[in-house]
Amino acid sequence: MTSDLIFDVQNVTLRFGGVISLSDVSLNHKRGEILAVIGPNGAGKTSLFNSLTGVYQPQEGSITFFGRNAKPISIIGKKAHRVSTAGVARTFQASRMFSALTTFENVKIGAESHRGIGVLGAMVKGPATRRGEKMSDARTIELLDFVGLRDKANTISASLSYGDRRRLEIARGLATNPQVLLLDEPAAGTNPAEKIQLTQLIRKVRDEMGVSILLIEHDMKLVMALAERLYVLNFGSVIAEGTPDEIRANAAVVEAYLGSTTSDAEELK
Amino acid sequence: MIASFWRNPHARRLGISIVAIAVLELMTGPPGNSEAPTAGIRESFLEASSFFGLFRTARWVVFFFVAILMFAIWTLLLWKGSRIRSGISSVLAAPRAASQRRPVRWGVGLALLVLAFMMPHIETDPFWQAAMVEQIAVYVLLAIGLNVVVGFAGLLDLGFVAFYAIGAYTTAWVTGALPTPPPFHIHFNPFFAIPMAIGIAMLAGIILGAPTLRLRGDYLAIVTLGFGEIITIFANNLYGITGGSQGSNPIPHPSLHLGPIHYVWGLKPVPYYYLTLTFVVIFLVAFSLLEHSRVGRAWTAIREDEVAAESVGINPLKYKVMAFAIGASTAGFAGVVTASQSNQIFPSSFTLQFSINILVLVIFGGMGSIAGVVIGALIIQTAYSFLLHSPPQGYQPADLYMYLGALLVIMMIFRPAGLVPSRRRKREIRLSESGEGHMDEVLTGDTP
Repeated sequence: MTSDLIFDVQNVTLRFGGVISLSDVSLNHKRGEILAVIGPNGAGKTSLFNSLTGVYQPQEGSITFFGRNAKPISIIGKKAHRVSTAGVARTFQASRMFSALTTFENVKIGAESHRGIGVLGAMVKGPATRRGEKMSDARTIELLDFVGLRDKANTISASLSYGDRRRLEIARGLATNPQVLLLDEPAAGTNPAEKIQLTQLIRKVRDEMGVSILLIEHDMKLVMALAERLYVLNFGSVIAEGTPDEIRANAAVVEAYLGSTTSDAEELK
Repeated sequence: MIASFWRNPHARRLGISIVAIAVLELMTGPPGNSEAPTAGIRESFLEASSFFGLFRTARWVVFFFVAILMFAIWTLLLWKGSRIRSGISSVLAAPRAASQRRPVRWGVGLALLVLAFMMPHIETDPFWQAAMVEQIAVYVLLAIGLNVVVGFAGLLDLGFVAFYAIGAYTTAWVTGALPTPPPFHIHFNPFFAIPMAIGIAMLAGIILGAPTLRLRGDYLAIVTLGFGEIITIFANNLYGITGGSQGSNPIPHPSLHLGPIHYVWGLKPVPYYYLTLTFVVIFLVAFSLLEHSRVGRAWTAIREDEVAAESVGINPLKYKVMAFAIGASTAGFAGVVTASQSNQIFPSSFTLQFSINILVLVIFGGMGSIAGVVIGALIIQTAYSFLLHSPPQGYQPADLYMYLGALLVIMMIFRPAGLVPSRRRKREIRLSESGEGHMDEVLTGDTP
């Protein structure tokens, strides 16, 4: 049955002119699962993310997202902001915050973006606007507490450390009230201590908020510790799927990694 | 020899001072003529002049003295600059802290408002009373409006004049001053043209914005530039509708008959000043609330990183179109004031130059800062009126844009965020200079 899925990707092909970025990719993501997509550089992981969030429009295949109440929604052809409204949140590989704004404002933008605009109300600061502000403020503080950034609420986000930026992006994504959170290399640029905290945080997001997690990661230790199931991409195609233990034993995967960076392959073993 | 001269920092500063002052000398000097095209250059340096009222000499002596003075000040600033700056900032620390407090802000705002309302009684010269409306109040209003588009939403609009023209022509239309009959053949009073002009200008903003705001940066600027030109050409060529280059028929003055209130705006500028001022205050309050609302935050988010903004569910197009329409509303109102006060409108008053003038006010004052934009517009437009009223010796009207251009160059070097910068904008400029900002590394990652 499909109702226990959150994402159902069928035979997706994405081309840029003559370059094939994703070829015939099929995968499924179960509701409440921490799923990881790994693969060497250039394998198409970020392309997959951008296709799932409506930034890229694949030419072939279908992407179905089972949103609130398991209502199926086709992602292809939808604008990125619509995908977000439907319940897909994401972070970016090179973290993309609104860098001139404070941590608090960054998260608040996420918390309030899904309500109607009410521009006239905003111009006179009517009762509905005040109520909305209060609700977003409360939600923002709650989320900053959740990710542990409460004490940095008024810091300009550009001056946060890499680890804190990841937390901020996670909080901003969660503020949109998502069903699934897509994390694009959350551990990039973080130190070992931050990595451990991040692992805990990601697990906490799934356990306490019930948000499914889909992550791309290079750090094998983190992936193997966190993911319940993995897909391996190489040259735009899925070459393997399975639990961390199965992937470790898979010859094709080791081959793919040996073909690119040896350090990754060593970590895999 | 020049190279070794240039390596010496003192000599380099002196050289730059002399060249800069020589350029200033040329700018302020007499114009040439077709018989002797170089006469202007020669006379700029050799013309007789008074050395600060002390004795007669040639201009170059005076300017050389100024260059030496500039060199001296520059050297002093390098030498003691950090001490002077820290001294100034410690003196300013108390007022700056006070300005953050809400009662102080309200107090200052109220005092300025009272001053603005008293202004026609303080300055009773008819030139200045007219200038207060035509040159200052209307331009402040336009600058506040363009600031929403350029400053808040970060969209470069070079066709702002279009909305102003639409406001003015709507006024002429509904009052029956165009060859084309007014709607339902009712000759409206210009006072009721206000909501109509604002509405039609906003509608024009939406119609123009919806297809074009998908473009970014330079492309958008070019499209808006084209729109501004199209409106002017329409006004010029649609003879049967707009009256063509001969302009509209006389537009009546507004009047208000509402229950016990009976008021007629006449030929005198002061009542128009109060009308405009009222709307300036309304727009000021509305826009500053807007800036600190979720709409303002969404604009900032889009300006800083459109992809990230979309990823949290903000529809960029919707917010951009909204900024366009809101900005256009002020231009629509300004069009009503101009049309009903000046009695007649001509296509020749709605030029690209006009759009650029308003943009200069916004950039000079500080994009995205409402206080800055108002102060910038006040300063530039007052200076401009002053030049109209009593031009100093040696000033020619044709020189105006040269000075304005020089002012902008200097601003961009020393204070790129404007006279009274918005805090967010200032931060953005600093961040992008340090390579931190939103260089469009859109969709990077391991994509091919």
